[in-house]
Amino acid sequence: MDIHALQQIVHKTRDARRKQTLQKFSPADRDQLIHKYHPDFRAKAYRPLRFGPNEGEKTVVELATLLEGDSGIQDHADLAPLYTTDVLVVGGGGAGCAAALHAHGSGAKVILATKLRLGDSNSVMAQGGMQISVAPEDSPVTHFIDTLKGGHMHNDHDLLKVMVEEGPSIAKWLIELGVLFDRQADGNLHVKKGGGSSKPRLVTCSDYTGLEIMRVLKDEVINQKIQLLEFAAAIELLSDDEGNCTGAIFKDLDTQRLVVVAAKSVILATGGIGRLHIQGFPTSNHYGATGDGLCLSYRMGAKLAHIDTFQYHPSGAVYPEQLIGALVTEGMRSEGGHLVNAQGERFVNELDTRDVVSSSIIRECEEGRGIRTMSGRVGVWLDTPLLDVEHGSGTVEKHFPAMVLQFERFGIDISKDPVLIYPTLHYQNGGVKIDTNSETNVKNLFVAGEASGGLHGRNRLMGNSLLDLMVFGKRSGLTAAGRAGSMKQGKLTLKHLERFRAEARKHGNVSGVISPMVLPAYTRKVG
Amino acid sequence: MGLRLTPHPSPLTSIKMAQESTENVIDQPEVLKPRMITIEISGKKYEVPEGVTVIKAMWYAGQEVVRGVGCLGGFCGACATYYRTKDDPKVKTCLACQMAVQDGMSFTMMPPFPARKAIYDIQQLKDPKQDLFNLYPEAPLCRNCNACTEACPQKIDVREGVWKAVFGDFQSVSDMFMDCVMCGMCTPVCIADIAPNLVALYVSRAQGAHFAEKPAGLETRIKEINDGRFNGEWQKILSMNEKELAEHCATVK
Ligand SMILES: Cc1cc2nc3c(=O)[nH]c(=O)nc-3n(C[C@H](O)[C@H](O)[C@H](O)COP(=O)(O)OP(=O)(O)OC[C@H]3O[C@@H](n4cnc5c(N)ncnc54)[C@H](O)[C@@H]3O)c2cc1C
Ligand code: SF4
Ligand code: SF4
Ligand code: FES
Repeated sequence: MDIHALQQIVHKTRDARRKQTLQKFSPADRDQLIHKYHPDFRAKAYRPLRFGPNEGEKTVVELATLLEGDSGIQDHADLAPLYTTDVLVVGGGGAGCAAALHAHGSGAKVILATKLRLGDSNSVMAQGGMQISVAPEDSPVTHFIDTLKGGHMHNDHDLLKVMVEEGPSIAKWLIELGVLFDRQADGNLHVKKGGGSSKPRLVTCSDYTGLEIMRVLKDEVINQKIQLLEFAAAIELLSDDEGNCTGAIFKDLDTQRLVVVAAKSVILATGGIGRLHIQGFPTSNHYGATGDGLCLSYRMGAKLAHIDTFQYHPSGAVYPEQLIGALVTEGMRSEGGHLVNAQGERFVNELDTRDVVSSSIIRECEEGRGIRTMSGRVGVWLDTPLLDVEHGSGTVEKHFPAMVLQFERFGIDISKDPVLIYPTLHYQNGGVKIDTNSETNVKNLFVAGEASGGLHGRNRLMGNSLLDLMVFGKRSGLTAAGRAGSMKQGKLTLKHLERFRAEARKHGNVSGVISPMVLPAYTRKVG
Repeated sequence: MGLRLTPHPSPLTSIKMAQESTENVIDQPEVLKPRMITIEISGKKYEVPEGVTVIKAMWYAGQEVVRGVGCLGGFCGACATYYRTKDDPKVKTCLACQMAVQDGMSFTMMPPFPARKAIYDIQQLKDPKQDLFNLYPEAPLCRNCNACTEACPQKIDVREGVWKAVFGDFQSVSDMFMDCVMCGMCTPVCIADIAPNLVALYVSRAQGAHFAEKPAGLETRIKEINDGRFNGEWQKILSMNEKELAEHCATVK
């Protein structure tokens, strides 16, 4: 059928739906729903790791293959460093920039190396906002509780307390650098309510929060003259005789040459895993979200946490085909957008946590109440025109300019027509286990941002990631820099790799792939 | 079935009911029978399926793209591209991850352009509106040609922004350039050697750091935290066992 004909049911049922209030699921119903429909519970998609720090623990096959993969570096590679530094930051997203700026600010020599250009990352795409308890009726404690509930009580309490308490001072730092957060008439920060939060707590820069923060941080990294290595992909770490981290090996993606960097500390801020397309899901993530930091850390002996749980954002675009997987920001639901099935009915409280909302969308589709595109995709409607009806015409355009532009390019006016959505692979809930200074169990190896794990438990609450990046980027940078003065550069060896390879052989060898992946192989093999 | 360009299969192959009926299916004849079209990438002809994005067309054509792809979501500006449609003399600009190919289209990605970025310490500026003229002395030399505005894939009135910056209306500039993805397409076209996006970035940062009101509530909250106002609550919560904590959480709605 013509898409407009199918959309009529959304227009027709709008008024009736507006009068409805949908209760959130009870804890028992919620658990049942998730166990039945959430992709984290598809047993067939998982297998146990055969060796390494998380031996015996289950993760998705796509990740297990890479974690057990072999390094592209040979045992006797030339390890003469081209660069030497106090702090080596790997990754040019929000966590990497925050780490580099703070390390530099406390006097350390810093190199920031990243796979694509500075800032090409997931961080630029964050639209929904950043959770910081600034409202008078809110508090860091309430932020802690909400996050804990969202994470199914599995969050690391120490990490979480640090994050919520340092939030406000992070906002202050960003404002001083010139970040333009939305304000109320009285000059205070405007806060929105996010899914799973009991209080309005999302600070935003229209629907460009990540972009605005990243524009400023990138500019600041350049103004501070921090040494940059762009198109440099970390493909192995270096260790000394004690197994402490002492540097990294990069592949220059322009010249294909290897570049060795000696560093007193390494901070991995390499972000998430969306481009592994776990269980065949499309993704909202950037081109370089291939979980490289997990592989590098794992081979060094760093333990991972919660690597069996991923976040499928409820609203990835399903139509048009060009936007597959792209995010339709949660802000649309925060402002009252309904999720509507093919029969014109709502089926979930739209502001429930992401795992619940995603599971319920999958349920609708599996039980035949979805709308199908001829590319074989299924989805449900997100009633975007409702926002204009509720809050006055022009609301969609004013509050979601990025979204409007994205769909307008394909001839779709989201203020007039609902959009078709289905969960998209969005976020890695777990990652490399860290302490409150963002350090792993491998000395002088820090991991910050989405690549780290523990903080978010089994489901990240929306808006907590941007804060995570800033807080733990800062802590890793400060700790690494603070150590540099009293430390000598350690030896550069591949002992950890020898150990890892020996273990792999014992267990019937590595998985046969070279990891990290660096970039997904999208280029069609012609001929 | 026709060609599937996406590198990932649909996860929904198990869906039976929705697949069996033809109700609730969006017509997309182009998907069932993708029409092959001819496009030109950097002057060379290729056949690709109609309607895929410019970047996917390059992958389909067998090209490795490293420089030129970043977020794949229309936010990072890495994929700045010049294109022209069939028989139209006008060369336009787009973000390659956000543009569908059509028959007869020709395109080339924009190489990195060596624009000059001024170096400044945003917090130390004494008179940011005046400092603009030291940092970007070319900004007031705008000759009003409007090429920058026409080049902007984000539809920002770039020319107007440059003028507003020069006249010290920093607030408007920061509003106007909130959509700027720093693709840099406004820069090579400028006959006055202005990099409008960099001027706007400076202006926006100055606006945020120097002219926007300081949020009083934020200061209060920071002070409350430093003064230990929440210590009692923390103690209570952190001393709870798992069960107590879960019960307490359930009371917070
Ligand atoms: C579309 C979208 C919307 C989102 N919206 C929100 C939101 O509203 N609020 C919120 O809090 N969170 C949001 N998130 C989540 C949040 O944006 C990310 O979790 C966060 O940006 C991750 O930051 P990061 O610095 O850890 O990683 P990234 O920002 O992804 O940066 C990782 C960097 O590391 C580089 N890199 C990777 N591997 C290597 C390697 N081997 N060598 C060198 N460099 C490497 C990458 O190229 C990149 O520059 C969103 C995410 C997406 C994708
Ligand atoms: S203002 Fe310039 S850099 Fe910004 S989006 Fe427009 S063309 Fe790109
Ligand atoms: S291109 Fe340059 S000269 Fe022309 S209007 Fe824009 S800023 Fe002015
Ligand atoms: S790849 Fe980032 S805007 Fe296109």
